Amino acid sequence: MSGDGLLMRAAQAFLAPLLAVALAMVVGDLLILTYGESPATVYALLLEGTWGNWYGFGQVIYKTMTLTCTGLAFAYAARAGLFNVGAEGQLAAGGFAAALVGLLLPASIPGVIAVPVCIAASMIAGGASGAIPGVLRARFGASEVIVTIMLNFVLLALLNYVVASHMAVPETLHTAEMNAGFVARLGSLFPVFAGSAANLTIVVAVLVAVFAWWKLFRTRSGYELRAVGLQPDAAEYGGIPVSRVWFRAMVWSGAFAGLGGINFVLGYKHYYEEGFAAGSGFLGIAVALVGRNHPLGILIAALLFATLSQGGLAVNALVPKQLVDILQAVVILAVATTVPEVQRLLRKTAASLVRRDAAEATP
Amino acid sequence: MILLAFLLQTIRIAIPYLLAAAGGVMSERVGVIALGLEGMMLAGAFGAVLGSYYGGSAWIGLVCAMSAGILVALLLALCTLRFRANQVVVGIAINLLVIGATRFFLRLAFDSASNSPRVDGFGGEGSGLGVLASFSNPLVWLGLIALPALWWLLWRTPFGLRARAVGEKPEAAATLGVNVSALRLRGLLLCGVLASLGGAYLALDQHQFTDSMTAGRGFIALAAIIFGRWMPMRVAAACLLFAAAETLQIQLQGAQLVPSQFVELIPYVLTIVALAGVVGKSVPPAALGKVE
Repeated sequence: MSGDGLLMRAAQAFLAPLLAVALAMVVGDLLILTYGESPATVYALLLEGTWGNWYGFGQVIYKTMTLTCTGLAFAYAARAGLFNVGAEGQLAAGGFAAALVGLLLPASIPGVIAVPVCIAASMIAGGASGAIPGVLRARFGASEVIVTIMLNFVLLALLNYVVASHMAVPETLHTAEMNAGFVARLGSLFPVFAGSAANLTIVVAVLVAVFAWWKLFRTRSGYELRAVGLQPDAAEYGGIPVSRVWFRAMVWSGAFAGLGGINFVLGYKHYYEEGFAAGSGFLGIAVALVGRNHPLGILIAALLFATLSQGGLAVNALVPKQLVDILQAVVILAVATTVPEVQRLLRKTAASLVRRDAAEATP
Repeated sequence: MILLAFLLQTIRIAIPYLLAAAGGVMSERVGVIALGLEGMMLAGAFGAVLGSYYGGSAWIGLVCAMSAGILVALLLALCTLRFRANQVVVGIAINLLVIGATRFFLRLAFDSASNSPRVDGFGGEGSGLGVLASFSNPLVWLGLIALPALWWLLWRTPFGLRARAVGEKPEAAATLGVNVSALRLRGLLLCGVLASLGGAYLALDQHQFTDSMTAGRGFIALAAIIFGRWMPMRVAAACLLFAAAETLQIQLQGAQLVPSQFVELIPYVLTIVALAGVVGKSVPPAALGKVE
């Protein structure tokens, strides 16, 4: 029986995402054919441009960092039953805060102090951005979906205003370069990565994924959070302060998204630039869905979506790179539709197995 | 005269909001979250340009726009009604899908990453004053009557009564013999048509399609729906208010009284305030987002 349970769990975890990726590939085939190219050639080029050479792989690692953070952000709130659609704005706020602190710190401060301070700033800014929808939901029952969407526009417009009119280097959309808080590129440690944007903040992303797993599945607050996500009324009856759990979940969720900003700011360009990670916030939703809201799944899904993003650039000569934008959206739609469907099917199968077992047991 | 010019420009800016918001009210009143408005508008804009370019007439553009809107609405219905996928996730994915698809087909059809060639719109520059030209545009009139007509549909017809029942208490409606899914589908299709016409207005007004040309207008329409508390006439007032703020900002551009970014924020901030319930709370239809 335990074997069946394990099989069932594996099917639940992997069946829907695999189906979704397969469906996306079929859609991709059709689109590539409309462009008069061969799907096999395009997919081969996509793999060659991402996992086939060190530069491409470095770019995949770079994109994985931000997507891991925004994926964790969506998943953490989703585990509490909330939809944080605001990672886009929280990510920008986190990146801005890291750059601001890096600008204010004197150049003489050693990296071991400056980097953690900048990281903390990004998480605090992201967390504060998440706290607004959190408190509106917990205190006033305002839909966190709408508030986070609207707040995306508000945060981005405010940041654009502050940067454009007070901090930008003339003729650009970015601030001056920071004095302190640089994180080394992978290229400076492993020369094969030279030229790619991959940097050591990927280690921070992996650590924070482990932290999120520990917090969700190994602590009392994580247990409470998941209980609230499954059944808020039952959790409330069981003595869990639901409003407080929701508020904390949104703060942590925002903090994870804000952390994603250090990838570009501390690890790559060393300044804040308008629109530096446009789209990564929304893609985080896809990452969390495919990763089934589990930190390990999110790391794998982030790699997948980073590969697609980078692969789009690799195949641009044959088909428009927007092909991957379509594929990514198809994956989201397919996962969102197949997850409930697969679960219904599995439940049905399980029920019929139980019936069959029962029928065989009775002589 | 200045006041008249202000009013006319406000109306011109408000038309896409009015059309999309009318679609959104319909969708949310039958219980489906209208997060896909932006995608439906963009699909409509692209369809309008394709139709007008290959068909040679803005009217064919309108037909293609509506077809594109219906196509998006059908996909949304398939995911949320048939497969019961989460409406928030599907809505956001639809927007990403349409942005990607319009870019892909823009390159396929016109070999450009940014814009289509010039196409026929309504009126055209030849027909005299800009103001008069915009009033020979059927979409302007349609935009102006869309929300009042929706009010009549929702509050004065049997269809409207059933639609509202489905959005508030689907189980009760089903018990009385209303086909909940069929009604939701019809609401979604109407939403797709109206929102795509909002996008078509933008494209035909500018005589071309440009990449992501709806630029968040679907979300402003959503903001107007929430700020107008899902009541058609209040939603219309909210659309006009947001458009007036934009017009004011455009006309005062030289004066630099407030940074333009702050004016852009008005719809979003008002919506958040309305949701928080500082001055009378915005309460959505009871069954919004719940499809069982």
